[in-house]
Amino acid sequence: MSEILVKAIDVTKRYANFTALDRVNLEIRKGEVCCIIGPSGSGKSTFLRCINMLERIDGGAIWVGGELLGYRRQGDELHELRDAEIARQRRHTGMVFQRFNLFPHLTALENVTEGPIHVLKEDRKAAVAHARDLLARVGLADKMDHYPSELSGGQQQRVAIARAMGMRPDLILFDEPTSALDPELVSEVLDVMKDLAESGMTMVVVTHEMGFARGVADTVAFMESGRIEEIGPAEKVLSNPDSARCAAFVRAVHK
Amino acid sequence: MSEDIYRTSHLKLRPRRHWGRMVAAGIVLLLLAALVRAFATGKIEWSYVGEFLFAPAILEGLVNTILMTFSAMLIGIVLGVLFAIMRISENPVLSWIATGYVWIFRGAPALLQLLLWFNLALVFPKIGIPGLMEWRTVDVMTPFVAAMLALGIQQGAYTSEVVRGGLLSVDSGQYEAARAIGMGQLMMLRRIVLPQAMRVILPPIGNEVIGMVKITSLASVIQYSEILHNAQIVYYANTRVLELLLVASFWYLAVVSILSVLQMYVERHFARGTKRPKATG
Ligand SMILES: Nc1ncnc2c1ncn2[C@@H]1O[C@H](COP(=O)(O)OP(=O)(O)OP(=O)(O)O)[C@@H](O)[C@H]1O
Ligand SMILES: [Mg+2]
Repeated sequence: MSEILVKAIDVTKRYANFTALDRVNLEIRKGEVCCIIGPSGSGKSTFLRCINMLERIDGGAIWVGGELLGYRRQGDELHELRDAEIARQRRHTGMVFQRFNLFPHLTALENVTEGPIHVLKEDRKAAVAHARDLLARVGLADKMDHYPSELSGGQQQRVAIARAMGMRPDLILFDEPTSALDPELVSEVLDVMKDLAESGMTMVVVTHEMGFARGVADTVAFMESGRIEEIGPAEKVLSNPDSARCAAFVRAVHK
Repeated sequence: MSEDIYRTSHLKLRPRRHWGRMVAAGIVLLLLAALVRAFATGKIEWSYVGEFLFAPAILEGLVNTILMTFSAMLIGIVLGVLFAIMRISENPVLSWIATGYVWIFRGAPALLQLLLWFNLALVFPKIGIPGLMEWRTVDVMTPFVAAMLALGIQQGAYTSEVVRGGLLSVDSGQYEAARAIGMGQLMMLRRIVLPQAMRVILPPIGNEVIGMVKITSLASVIQYSEILHNAQIVYYANTRVLELLLVASFWYLAVVSILSVLQMYVERHFARGTKRPKATG
C-alpha cells in the first residue's frame, strides 16, 4: 500500500454555535481518488476548505504530505504559522471550485502560468511550455489566448483544472466541479478528471455524480451533519452501505 | 373580412412631428444666442484674451497647476490605496486608523486644510527627527509643499473610499482562487484583486483628478503661483479682470479635456477580458 498523503484527525469546525464539522477523521493515500457525497449542508465544502486552509479549524489536526497544516512543532509546543508559511503549505494542494473562479483579466494560458511564474518563481519559458502542455491535455490547445468570458462553462472548468495542475500539486481538491455546468458540458469535465485520476493524481472530489464516483473513485465517504457517517470502497458504499441514511441518500440521488 | 386591411404598401407615410422637441430646442437656442451676444457686445476686450493666453506668467501658472494636480493626486492615490487596504484588513487597529483618517480629512474643507498646513510653523516651529535632523518649519512648508500635502492628504480620504469600493466589488472567489495557488496577501492584491478592482475604481478616480485640477486654484490663497493666482496678479496690474479670468477658464477647460481623453485610454487598458468595454450600447 502506498504512503498516506492526507490525514485528518478529529477535525472540528464551528460557526458561532453551529458545528459544521464534528470530529471528522479521514485518511487518503497517494494516488487515491476519494469522493465525498452527502446531503446539502452536511459539511462537504467546509471540510475541503479546511484541507486547503481556506477555513481555520477549531479542533483536531490535518496533515498533508506529513506536514501539520497551520502549525510548526517545536519540542512540545505548536507554533501557529505566519501567513507566508501558510501560503507556502497551500502550494502542495490544488483546488477546483464549483464556480471556476478563473482570473477574468488573464487569458487561459496566463491563468495557468500565473502561479508557476509568480508564486513558484519558475522560469517563464518553462512555465509557458508546461501550461501549453496542460491546456492541450484538457483539450483546449486552440483556446489558450481566450479570456474566461470567451469560454463556455465546461471550458472554463477545464482551464481551472489545468491551473491547479500548473502548480504541480501532490493533491487536488474538487468542490462540486460540475454542479454549475449545463448538463451537456458535464461529461467533458468528468473525462478530464478521469484522465487525471488515471495518471495517478491524488484527488478528493465532492460530487453528486454517482456514475463518476462508481467508475473512478477508490473510496467514497458519505457525510451527514458534519460527520463522516460511512466510508469505504466505492462499490461497497454506493451499492451496499451499512448506514441506512447512506442507503437512502444514494437511492434518492439515483432517482 | 377582406384581406385589404393588411395591405399597407400603397399608403403614404407621414412621419410624426415632434412639436415639443422643436419648441424646447428653439427656446434654448434663443437663450444661447442672447448669451453669446451679451459676451460679444459686453465690455470684454477679446484682443486681451488672445494676448494673455500665452503670456509667460499665465503659462508658468499653467505648469504649476499641472504640477500640483499631478503631485497631490499621486499622494492621494498612494494614500487612498494604502488606507483602503488597511480598512479591509483583519487587523482591527489598522482598520480603525483608516476609518479615522477618512473621518477627519473628509470632515474639514480643503481650504481650511490648506491654511492649517501652511501655518504649521505656528505650532511646530521645528520639524524632523529630534536629535538627528531638524528643519525650521517655515523653510520646509513652502506654498508648494503645504498645498501638496493638504490637497493630497484630503484627496487620499476620498480616494480610499473609491478604492475600497473597488476592492469590495471583486468576487470573494477571486481571493480564494488566489490563495489556493499559494499567493500571499500582497501578491494577491497586486496581481489579482487590484487589476480587477481598477475597472470599478477608474471612472470615479478620473472624476477626482478633474476635480483636483480645479481645487488646486484654492492654493492661490497661500501664495502658490498656480494659474488663477497668476491671472489675478496680472489683472491687479492691468485691471482686465474678466479677460484674464477667461484666459484661466480656457486653460482649465483645455487641461480637463486632455485628461478626459487620457481617462478613456486608461479605462480601455483595464477592460482586459471583459466583454463590454462600455456599460451601455
Ligand atoms: N461562513 C459560514 N458561516 C456560518 N455558517 C456556515 C458558513 N459556511 C458554511 N456554514 C454552514 O455550515 C454547514 C456546512 O456547509 P457546507 O458548505 O460545508 O455544506 P455542503 O455539504 O458543502 O453543502 P452543499 O452540498 O450545499 O454545497 C451548512 O449548514 C452551512 O450553513
Ligand atoms: Mg458545498
